[in-house]
Amino acid sequence: MLSALLVMAGIAVVLGAMLGFASIRFKVKGDPLVDKIDAILPQTQCGQCSYPGCKPYAQAIAKGEAEINQCPPGGEEGIRKLADLLGKEFKPLSAEHGVEKPKQVAIIDEAVCIGCTLCTQACPVDAIVGAAKQMHTIVAPLCTGCELCVPPCPVDCIAMVAVPETVETWKWRYPVIRLKERKREQAA
Amino acid sequence: MMASLFSFKGGVKPASHKDESAQVPITLAPLPSRLVVPLRQSAGGMPLPLVSAGQRVLKGERIGAPEGNFSSAIHAPTSGLVVAVEPRMLPHPSGLSALCVEIEADGEERWIDLVPVNYETETPDALRDILRDAGVVGLGGATFPSHLKLKPGASGRIETLIINGAECEPWITCDDRLMRERSDEIARGIAILRHIVSAERVLIGIEDNKPQAIAAVRAATAGSEGVEVVPVPTRYPAGGERQLIRVLTGIEIPYGRFGADFGVQCFNVATACSVHRAIDLGQPLISRIVTLAGNVERPGNVEALIGTPIDALLKLAMPKADTDRTIMGGPMMGFTLPRTDLPVTKAANCILAASPALFPPQGAEMPCIRCGACTRACPAELQPHELYWFSRAKNFGKTQEYGIFDCIECGCCAYVCPSNIPLVDYYRFAKSSMRTLEREKAVADAARQRFEFRTERDERDKAEKAARLAAKTAAGRQAAEGPGAAKATAAPTATQAPSAEEKPLTPLDDRKKALIAAAIQRIQSQKTGVQPKNTDNLSPEKQAEIREIEARRNKVRELAKTPPEEPV
Repeated sequence: MLSALLVMAGIAVVLGAMLGFASIRFKVKGDPLVDKIDAILPQTQCGQCSYPGCKPYAQAIAKGEAEINQCPPGGEEGIRKLADLLGKEFKPLSAEHGVEKPKQVAIIDEAVCIGCTLCTQACPVDAIVGAAKQMHTIVAPLCTGCELCVPPCPVDCIAMVAVPETVETWKWRYPVIRLKERKREQAA
Repeated sequence: MMASLFSFKGGVKPASHKDESAQVPITLAPLPSRLVVPLRQSAGGMPLPLVSAGQRVLKGERIGAPEGNFSSAIHAPTSGLVVAVEPRMLPHPSGLSALCVEIEADGEERWIDLVPVNYETETPDALRDILRDAGVVGLGGATFPSHLKLKPGASGRIETLIINGAECEPWITCDDRLMRERSDEIARGIAILRHIVSAERVLIGIEDNKPQAIAAVRAATAGSEGVEVVPVPTRYPAGGERQLIRVLTGIEIPYGRFGADFGVQCFNVATACSVHRAIDLGQPLISRIVTLAGNVERPGNVEALIGTPIDALLKLAMPKADTDRTIMGGPMMGFTLPRTDLPVTKAANCILAASPALFPPQGAEMPCIRCGACTRACPAELQPHELYWFSRAKNFGKTQEYGIFDCIECGCCAYVCPSNIPLVDYYRFAKSSMRTLEREKAVADAARQRFEFRTERDERDKAEKAARLAAKTAAGRQAAEGPGAAKATAAPTATQAPSAEEKPLTPLDDRKKALIAAAIQRIQSQKTGVQPKNTDNLSPEKQAEIREIEARRNKVRELAKTPPEEPV
């Protein structure tokens, strides 16, 4: 009886020690769910979700503090992906956080720019180059189109323009069956 | 003689329709009055324009500089005046525009100074650079820069050079005519290519439905050691690069690797011809042979300058009245042109006039019945019906698992599909969607990295600023309080205790006053310390002038000190 108890207690101690060791040795740093959510978010860092960046929003979603439909740049597709990941119901984009827009890029009218550096301070992704009292310009491939540089500009020289589709970025359309033609064919 | 040929799986045998255009010799297309030359005509980077509107150019002058090594140069196809450098619609299935150079021909066709090179005395690297600067790209349709393909791959060297004269796609005969008429030039180009890669043997694969071409190339290459013309069975797509390599050498190239990694490399016959012209004659690639066929009165092949409007070529062939659309490329892999006033590019091997009688519209798409006909036809040994289901469901991860990027978009599967499913359209959609997603992901990852770096930098700056401020105030205090600083700094903590009654406030006030006084003194010493440096060694007139200005300044200061009469 006693030996059985001792054996059981011994096994419990050994297993407990192993589990304890494993929990220290194989500790997962950070929340893997946050990274997964962050990977879906478009990384515009625009703050339209009312969080100061994509990562904080991802953290809020992971904690259950934020809804999944607060990211206008991610759009409907982003919400669908988040819903899939988190096993939640799809919700349409919440109107108070903004509307989905085609991808944009900021353009500085360099003739008007006075070199106040306010836009460089506002840019969350370091896509604007320029120095005090020098002309500023936007590195277009780095611009996420977050619009954060537009309001601080004292001379309104920043415009948001839609990114045009080029031959390199063009996508083949999803093949569609033209029902009208088909009906006509059947009628013929 | 080859011991035996290998074979590739699948493939189809559509009606070849080659006789119509293969009977007539190549003619020179008349010089159009205006040519529009797209700057991007090869895989890789966008060449930078070297000319601007209003500039005169000579025939063969470089108008687009290759950007980086993964790009190829662009040249003026004729002499004349640059009218515009602006985006124009391209002959591309998207119908989108890109930067083009429009040249108004002066009709003189004046060449630049051509510099022929003796390839035997040049190093392979120098020859590769010449080819890049001459804009030589693969003329089989993919327009991959040739100088890149001439680099030895992982295997270290290219032992077998394959020259592709298969021309498997129906209707197209430009390579056939080229082999019949210019086999000497092809042979010289092959010699140069062989010299660059120091290949031991050269296999020229030509489909066995072109006996005249086979005979002509055999005659032209008769003297050279290790060069062999191999007739390959006529089966579409025998001219696919991977398929031809497999048929001739038995080597199957896996996904993501290139022929060079296995010691083989494949060039089109027309590419070999343009290599000869670029090296032996110094002429850049400014023209190509285009097959005009389909629903036309006078089918044939024309040598057209790059940038010639397609409708000018169509006029030569005289399309019949019931022509309803124009296809660029063959019927299997080509696409319908959005308009016909678009320019001929280096990729334009065939212009096909289509009529409902000749190319009946595809019947309505029916459900997939999983008959497996596409799997049997697929030359890349994929499972097209599976790819179709996954592409249709936008399950891109699965399509990749099933090897969609191995698909060469040859169209065999759609050709045999009894349900008329436009299979290749689905694959193209899936492939381009995946590429877009990948690109977007790369951009997002870079943005995330920069955002995180910026956040970190902001925090670090803030911490550094706070530290600096703290250090400054501490230093200021020490300076103000002199040697007793250590005691004084200890004192406030003591005074905070209610029991310490002696001098409750004055030490703090005194310290503050001392600090302010020190700051004022510092600023004043700075002010007086600064002396204008440009007042030494001045002429008396200058000094008088300075005195005058100083007097005026003082007057203004006096005025500024007197209070304004009316409060503003």
